[in-house]
Amino acid sequence: MQNVSMEELASDPSSRKRFLKMMGGAGAASAFAVFLAACGDDDDASSSGNAMAEQEMQAAGRRDLEIVQYALTLEHLETDFYNAVIDSGVVTNRKLAETAKLIRDAEQAHVDTLTGVVKDLGGTPMRPKTTFDSVLEGGEMMVLETAAAVENLGAAAYLGQAGRIKSKDLLAAALSIHSVEARHAAALNQVVGKTIVPDGAFAKPASMEEVLPQVKPFLA
Amino acid sequence: MSRENLAVPELAAIDVKGVTRQSFIARGALTAGAVYGLGTVGPFVRQAIAQEGGGDVEIVNFALTLEYLEAAFYQQALERVSGLSGVAKELATTIRENEDVHVKALKATVKQLGGKPVMAPPVAFGNAFMSQESFLKLAQTFEDTGVSAYNGAAPAIKSKEVLGAAGSIVQVEARHAAAIRALNGEQPAEGAFDQALGTEEVLKAVQPFVKA
Repeated sequence: MQNVSMEELASDPSSRKRFLKMMGGAGAASAFAVFLAACGDDDDASSSGNAMAEQEMQAAGRRDLEIVQYALTLEHLETDFYNAVIDSGVVTNRKLAETAKLIRDAEQAHVDTLTGVVKDLGGTPMRPKTTFDSVLEGGEMMVLETAAAVENLGAAAYLGQAGRIKSKDLLAAALSIHSVEARHAAALNQVVGKTIVPDGAFAKPASMEEVLPQVKPFLA
Repeated sequence: MSRENLAVPELAAIDVKGVTRQSFIARGALTAGAVYGLGTVGPFVRQAIAQEGGGDVEIVNFALTLEYLEAAFYQQALERVSGLSGVAKELATTIRENEDVHVKALKATVKQLGGKPVMAPPVAFGNAFMSQESFLKLAQTFEDTGVSAYNGAAPAIKSKEVLGAAGSIVQVEARHAAAIRALNGEQPAEGAFDQALGTEEVLKAVQPFVKA
């Protein structure tokens, strides 16, 4: 990587491709690491100003990719959850069953978009294995409460990443998903008799370190 | 700038209304240029950035104007809509309180940024308070527009703290929108992605309720 100059990247498409690929590899490994431990940038210190700027750019690109992988993981989890719920027939109320399908469709659309973004950034899209048996066995109320909890967590997770995203295009996309997750959260909170604004006038963000342990029970 | 030049072409599918597509993409291109080290950031990009002007103070004042409008809307609704159901009254009260807090926070933010907070605009909501139905219909428009306004403005925010605050507020606006929609018998969202609206588009949408 250190042998490829920025000028080369700008002028030579194959260098750029290689660069993006390497970035993808690093990002994917880092996102995996997130499941085991808190993540952190591991930039080496450098004496040269230019090299430092270059490293910062690479770190920002890696971080964007890692954030997209993280979001993709959460969206897969949500999509799998609603598919399991719909297949089980545990939600008997017709209107609620319809809402579950619409939310599932939205989550699937998020998965599709984020999968494309990961590929474009040169990464290999994450696809977690999930399990929701214990929730489904708990019955309709437990399913709805879990759905509400997952959506509130999802909204907090997006909010937690907003300030870390480097690309403005990516930030705009994350925001447009974030508010949809918030809508789902509020609708489900209403269904289970909770306040639509559990944090009051300002929604609280949640970091990767806060979110991942909470979704771990659903990872097979 | 062509689609191919986008760092992430998928994102082009996400609609941005009212912001000239060029200036929106230009912001992305500038960042992509920074991240990927591409030398594509030309005069056209600098021009687009310059046109946005204003900076964080202007964006926060824009948000403040919308919050004033929403706070006044729910305040008047609670005073004037007769026969408001218990659920609608409770929701309107919660939202009014949230919007008041947003107004106070945004005023303080403008001052912290060294700016002067805008005054509350004089408002008129026409026949919106004739019935619960007409009130909730306009409420839905305001909340959905509010979400799109924040989503459209946020990527241009420079301060991470201000961006965090805007994100925290837009999430609450989206929650309001979904709750109002439920009372209107509608699904919480129009689709999988909330649209981003540019400033001009938003101002056009709220113009009828601001007295000249």
